[in-house]
Amino acid sequence: MITKPGLLAQTARIPERNAIVWRGAIVFKLIGLAAAIAATFVFSGYHLFQLTMVIIYAIAILGLNIVTGYSGQISLGHGAFYAIGAYVSAILMTQYNLPYWATLPAAALVCAIVGFAIGLPALRLGGLYLALTTFALAITLPQILKYRAFEDWTGGVQGIVLAKPDAPFGLPLSADQWLYLFSLAVGVVAFVLARNLLAGRIGRAMRAVRDHPIAAEAMGVHLALLKTKTFAVSALFTGVAGALGAIAVQYVAPDSFSVFLSIVLFVGLVVGGVASVAGAVFGAAFVVYMPNVAEKISKAAPDAIYGIILIAILFFAPSGVAGALARIAERVRGKDRFKDGIPLQGGTR
Amino acid sequence: MPARADQTPKHRGAGCRQRLLFFAAGRAFRMSALLEIRNVGIRFGGIVALSGVSFEVCAGEICGLIGPNGSGKTTLFNCISGIYRPSKGDIVFNGQNLCTIARHRLAALGIGRTFQNLALFRTMSVSENILVGAHHFGRTGFIANALCLPRVRREEDDAQRRLVELLELLELAAVAAEPVANLPFAMQKRVELARAVIGGPKLLLMDEPAGGLNHSEVDVLAELIRTLRDRFQMSILLVEHHMNLVMRISDRVVALEFGMKIAEGSPQAVQNHPEVIRAYLGGRAHAAVA
Ligand SMILES: Nc1ncnc2c1ncn2[C@@H]1O[C@H](COP(=O)(O)OP(=O)(O)OP(=O)(O)O)[C@@H](O)[C@H]1O
Ligand SMILES: [Mg+2]
Repeated sequence: MITKPGLLAQTARIPERNAIVWRGAIVFKLIGLAAAIAATFVFSGYHLFQLTMVIIYAIAILGLNIVTGYSGQISLGHGAFYAIGAYVSAILMTQYNLPYWATLPAAALVCAIVGFAIGLPALRLGGLYLALTTFALAITLPQILKYRAFEDWTGGVQGIVLAKPDAPFGLPLSADQWLYLFSLAVGVVAFVLARNLLAGRIGRAMRAVRDHPIAAEAMGVHLALLKTKTFAVSALFTGVAGALGAIAVQYVAPDSFSVFLSIVLFVGLVVGGVASVAGAVFGAAFVVYMPNVAEKISKAAPDAIYGIILIAILFFAPSGVAGALARIAERVRGKDRFKDGIPLQGGTR
Repeated sequence: MPARADQTPKHRGAGCRQRLLFFAAGRAFRMSALLEIRNVGIRFGGIVALSGVSFEVCAGEICGLIGPNGSGKTTLFNCISGIYRPSKGDIVFNGQNLCTIARHRLAALGIGRTFQNLALFRTMSVSENILVGAHHFGRTGFIANALCLPRVRREEDDAQRRLVELLELLELAAVAAEPVANLPFAMQKRVELARAVIGGPKLLLMDEPAGGLNHSEVDVLAELIRTLRDRFQMSILLVEHHMNLVMRISDRVVALEFGMKIAEGSPQAVQNHPEVIRAYLGGRAHAAVA
């Protein structure tokens, strides 16, 4: 018909190369996972705790990334879902004597429901309404948590102190080591689920809505419903992170969850790389370690150093750490993608 | 597919007339009208973009829609695909009044479209762009996708099969994994076409598919449009300024001016219609066709 000879040969080559890249990516991930497990026995005390927090923030930022990075809806108040997750976990552990691991699904469910309820009206209005609604939620929440009427549950200003879980089945691990491995396991599950979701039909629809909502709707995507469900899922991930955070820190209090937490998550999102699953890990590492680094550089003005480093990163890697790495990988893999003039066939330019 | 590029214009004319007779008979019995535009009107502030436009598109037909700039062609497309709601009249598709149906349901009903100014998902690859067109076939939700259940994989395999067929047909296989924004304009237009066709539309709305193409590319496009129509058994409503293309492949042509229908009929009849000649500034249409 209209197929020119020679085209098929090129067609056949591409999946083959993709398969190699894909296998490379798997190996890369396995090495990363092995290193993460090995870290349990390399680090201890505060350093291991910091690594635990990197995992927890990575899950939280992953949640924010699903709604902001992939479906293009800005949330300035995701810290609120982190707080809700943390409190659900703390209250269930102290008031209802639930084991710590069983509080995670509960936190997930509660945050998904709250996310859906908030997203439904806010996303219908579109534009920056979601950003402002979530921001308002993040501002309001700490004061609600302090509110007298809820004090029996929330512990008011004092918050709730939790017990540190021990390693189960008599495993020869310290409580810190177990907490780290438990968080790592939850993190791996969260990232696999997110990757599946984002790679398939639903993930494509999310990105389509972000790139061109009118065209997405013409292709049969129910905009309001998709955006609301996406927001709910995003709240779910961040809520699970909050629950893990409560268990890891062994303490929740209203002032741990100020608006600043939401901003920190947003910073982690942008630094790591918007619309990149791996970016969430880089962003989390920045969020956890950068304050220490800034402090080391200047005891007098750590915040200024933090700000300058942040601006420098955004200036040199506008698409975040993940974006910069992807570009480097592309360069290493070679620029031959456009050799042979393949994409120019039948073109006018 | 028989190659038709070598057919003489005379043969082509005869083929069109035959088809026209067939559809004329169909219209007489009101059997095969797939899309009915009934007295549609819409205004934007003081501008009357459409006023009392009525015509039909029959099953399997390629219907050309022509008219000078600003005559309301794209506006009519936007009314059919629910982006605008007409203030007057009805649009009936397959017996259903479209004016009461939510926009996102139109794809599943069988209405596909391309956009005059590309409306691609710019950060996504060619394959991903096209696969979004198959979104409405899917039944799996968030949880099934996150867990990658077997039915998700079955659904994805179905979509991939359709994708591969279209990538071959539209010569996009070599660039399937490229970000769509990297492609030249003509190729982006083909991606949009594939994205509309993968959804299995009964009616395909094409808004200026030949925009930005050179002469030989327009010839290929003419073949392609007919191939797609025959292979996927759809009706096509084709907006195009490229008169040569419209007159060559349309079974019937409707002409608009200032939001009103000024002519309708066979390509020959419309291009010789005095109103049409006048609308195109006294014979410009003739010049374009010749
Ligand atoms: N959203 C809108 N708001 C205001 N006016 C509009 C809107 N959409 C279309 N119009 C007006 O309606 C008229 C018809 O425009 P339309 O885009 O349908 O023309 P067209 O036939 O597609 O022209 P072209 O060949 O240039 O694409 C124009 O006068 C245009 O300015
Ligand atoms: Mg137009």
